[in-house]
Amino acid sequence: MRLYVRYLSILLRSQMQYKGSFLLTVIGQLLGTGCAFLSIYFLMNRFHQVKDFTLPQVLLCFSVVLMAFSLAECFVRGFDTFPTILSNGEFDRMLVRPRNLMFQVLAAKMELSRIGRFLPSVAMLAYGVTGSGIHWTWDKVGVVVLMIACGALLFSGLFVIYAALSFFTTQGLEFMNIFTDGGREFGQYPLSVYGEGVLKFLTYVVPLALVQYYPLLYLIGEKENPLYGLLPLAALLFLLPCALIWRIGLRHYRSTGS
Amino acid sequence: MIEMHHICKTFRVAQRNAGFGEAVRALFRKDYTLVHALQDVSFTIGDGEIVGYIGPNGAGKSSTIKVMSGILTPDSGQCVIDGLVPWKSRKEHVSRIGVVFGQRSQLWWDVPVIDSFELIRDIYRVEPEAYRRQLDELTELLDLGEILRTPARQLSLGQRMRCEIAGSLLHSPRLLFLDEPTIGLDAVSKRAVREFIRRINREKKTTVILTTHDMQDIEALAQRILLIGKGRILLDGTLEQLKKRHGGQKRLAVDYGEKGPDETVLLPAGLSAAGKAEGRQLYEVDTALLSVSEAMAALSQLGEVRDLTVTEPTAEELVVSLYREFHL
Amino acid sequence: MSGRVYGSFFRLRFINGLQYRAAAYAGVATQFAWGFMEILLFHAFYQTDPAAFPMEFSQLAAYVWLQQAFLALFMLWFFENEIFDGILSGTIAYELARPTDLYVMWFTRSAANRLSRAVLRCMPILVVAVFLPEPFRLTAPANAADFGWFALTLVLGLLTVVAFSMLVYISAFYTLSSQGIRLVVSAVGDLLMGGLIPLPFMPEGVQKVLELTPFAAMQNLPLRAYTGQLAGEELLWTAVLQVFWLAVLILLGRLWMKRALRRVVIQGG
Repeated sequence: MRLYVRYLSILLRSQMQYKGSFLLTVIGQLLGTGCAFLSIYFLMNRFHQVKDFTLPQVLLCFSVVLMAFSLAECFVRGFDTFPTILSNGEFDRMLVRPRNLMFQVLAAKMELSRIGRFLPSVAMLAYGVTGSGIHWTWDKVGVVVLMIACGALLFSGLFVIYAALSFFTTQGLEFMNIFTDGGREFGQYPLSVYGEGVLKFLTYVVPLALVQYYPLLYLIGEKENPLYGLLPLAALLFLLPCALIWRIGLRHYRSTGS
Repeated sequence: MIEMHHICKTFRVAQRNAGFGEAVRALFRKDYTLVHALQDVSFTIGDGEIVGYIGPNGAGKSSTIKVMSGILTPDSGQCVIDGLVPWKSRKEHVSRIGVVFGQRSQLWWDVPVIDSFELIRDIYRVEPEAYRRQLDELTELLDLGEILRTPARQLSLGQRMRCEIAGSLLHSPRLLFLDEPTIGLDAVSKRAVREFIRRINREKKTTVILTTHDMQDIEALAQRILLIGKGRILLDGTLEQLKKRHGGQKRLAVDYGEKGPDETVLLPAGLSAAGKAEGRQLYEVDTALLSVSEAMAALSQLGEVRDLTVTEPTAEELVVSLYREFHL
Repeated sequence: MSGRVYGSFFRLRFINGLQYRAAAYAGVATQFAWGFMEILLFHAFYQTDPAAFPMEFSQLAAYVWLQQAFLALFMLWFFENEIFDGILSGTIAYELARPTDLYVMWFTRSAANRLSRAVLRCMPILVVAVFLPEPFRLTAPANAADFGWFALTLVLGLLTVVAFSMLVYISAFYTLSSQGIRLVVSAVGDLLMGGLIPLPFMPEGVQKVLELTPFAAMQNLPLRAYTGQLAGEELLWTAVLQVFWLAVLILLGRLWMKRALRRVVIQGG
C-alpha cells in the first residue's frame, strides 16, 4: 500500500506538468457526458417514462454506472492502455522487477481527468436520489455505495480481460468495447429495457445487471428482499475468470515474448 | 554464476504478403513461418566476468537476454543463474539482477530522478541504510550530483544513461545486464559509461553481460566475447584469441608519391592490394605466409616508398570479417 | 495535377485498411452489437408509448442499421493523427514541396480512409440486419428513387464530414495543440448530427434549428431519405441545403488553408 501511494504521488506530479492538456480532457469528458444526458433527457421528455421507469430512476442508473466506469478508468488505466505498455517495452521492465505484475500494471497509470465524467455523474446521482421518490434509509445508502464500488470492480475486471487478450493479439480487441464502453452507454437505462435475453446475458455472463438493475429494484421498493441489495457482491465472482484469463495470457507472453 | 544448457526457442510468425489480392486473401487465412530464435545455446559465465555478447540484429541476442532475465520461458534446455531458474522463480531471481535497456527508460519522465530512485528503492525493498550507502557511492562514481534533482526529460542522453545504470544498481545486484548501454551517446559519455562499468566490475565484483554493436565497448570492456548468429553460439573466446585467429592480417598503407606504384610487378603470395585511401595504396598481409618485413621489401620493388604505416585490423573490422565468415 | 496521383493514393489507403482482418471483424461485431442494443432501447420506448414515436419503428431500425454500417463515413472523432503530427512537427514543409494541392491531398486521404473502412465493414452488418426478425430488420427502401437519393446524399454527406474535419485539421496550424477543438467536436458533433438519437426524437424547436446546420447534412439526411421520411419538396430542399453547406465548408477550408500556409511559409514552419 505504501508503495502504491508512492506510485500515485509520482503519477500525480507528472500529470500536473501538463495542466492544459489535463483541463482540456476534463472539458471533453464533461461535454460528452452532457450530450449523453441531453439525449436521455430528450427521450424521457418525449415518452415520460420507459417501461415504468421515470427520469430520476433512469438517471440513478446512469450515474451509478458512469461513476463506476470513471473510477475504473481512472485507477485501472494501466490495463485499459495495456497494449501500449506491452509495445513500448514497459511490461518487460515490470517483469524484471520483484513485484506482483498485476500490482505493477495497476500502479503504472492513473487517469485523473476522468473526474470530468465523475463530477457530472455526482450531480445526476443527486437528482436521481432526490427525484426518484425513494424513501432513503441507511441500508439503501449502503446499497448505492455497493453498486458503485462493485460496478467499478466489474469494469476493472473487463479491463483486465482486455489487457490479457492483448498478450495474444494487438488487433481485433475493439470488440471488448461492446462490454466496456457499451456497458457505460447502455447502462444508462435500467438493463431490463433491453429485453429478457440481454438481461439474462448481463446477469449470468457479464453481470452488469447485478450492480445496476436488481439493486435498483430494491431501492425503488419494487423488491422487498434485501438480498437484491446485496447482489452487487455476487458480481465480484466475475473477477475470478478475469484473473484466470490474465494468468493464461501472461504465460503465453512469457513463452513467446511478443 | 550462469549456466545455460541447450536452450532452444522457436517462434511462430505470421506472414503478410504485399499486393491487393493478397490483402483480401489475408482476411480469411494466415500463413505462419517458424523462426528458430535460439538453437541449442549453451555457455557458462563465472562470477565477476564481463562478457560481450555480440551478433547482428535478429540473431537471438535479445532472446537470450530475455531468457536469462526471466522474461522469456525457453522451449527446452536448462538455465540456472545463482542457483535459480529465472522463469520459475521470477521475483527472487530478478531481485538479484539489474537490467539496463539502452533504448527504453526506467525513469519517470516528468519527475526528478531522485524520486524515481526512491520508488525503485521501495520496489526492491532496499533497506534505508543500504540505499543511502549505495546511492552515495553511485553518485560519486557516476558524478550524478545535481542531475538527481532534475526531471529525466531535461537530461542529456549521456546523463540519462548514467542515471539508468545507477537505477539498475540501487539494489546492489550481483549480475548486471546491459543492453546497448552506449547507443546514441557522444564520445565523452561513452567513455564515462565504460569507465564506470569497469569500476563496478572491479570493485564490487559485479558480473556484467553486455550486448552492443559498438566494438569499442567490447574492446574497452570485454574480457570475453560470445558471438551469436542465427540462433546459435558461433564463437566463445577472448578478444585476443579472436585477433589471433583473424589477426594474421596486417594492413600496410604505402605512399608512392605522384608516380604511384608500378602495377605490372607481381606481388608475392600472402600480399594483396586492398584499394586506395587518402592518396595511399593499401595492402593486406597474411602473416602466416609472409612476414611484414618481407612484405615491405616486396612493396619497395613497386616504386619509391615515401612513407609506410603498419596497422592491425580494428575490432570493428574483425567482427565484420567474422560475420562474413559465418554468412550472417 | 492529374487525378492519377490521388487515385493511387486512394488505392494505397484501401489496401492498408484491408490488412487488418481481425480489426475489421471486431469492428463489425462491435457495431452490430451496438446497433442491436440501440434498437432494443428504442423498442422499449416504442412499447411504452407508440403514439409519441416520431416515425415508424421500421424506419428507426433502418436508421440505426445504416448508421452502424456506415459509421466510418460519419464519425467526427475519426481524425488522422499523421496530419496533426505533420503540422505540429513542421514536416508539413516537405509536403508543400510536392507538386500536389495540399487541400485536395488531405481531403482525398481522409475520404479514402473513411471509405475503405466503411466498405469493409458495411456488408456483413447490412446482410445480417436484412435477415433479422421483424421488427428489428433492415427493410428495403420503398422505391428506387428513395434509394437513389440515399446513395447520392450519402456520398455528399461523406464529403461534408470530410470538409468539416478539414477545418479541424487547419485549426491545428493556429493552436499547436488541436486537442481541445477535437475533443469539443467529437463530444458535441455526435449529438448535433443525430448520432446519439435521430433528430426527430428531439424537441421540435431543437430539431428545427439543427436541421439548418451542416451537421444535419452529414448523416441525418441520407439515412432519413432511405426510409422515405424525407421526400418530395422537403427532401429536395434539404439536399440543396446539403450542397450549399458542402460548398461553404470547402470554400472556407480552402481560403483558411491558403492563409494558414502563407503563415507557415513566412514563419518558416
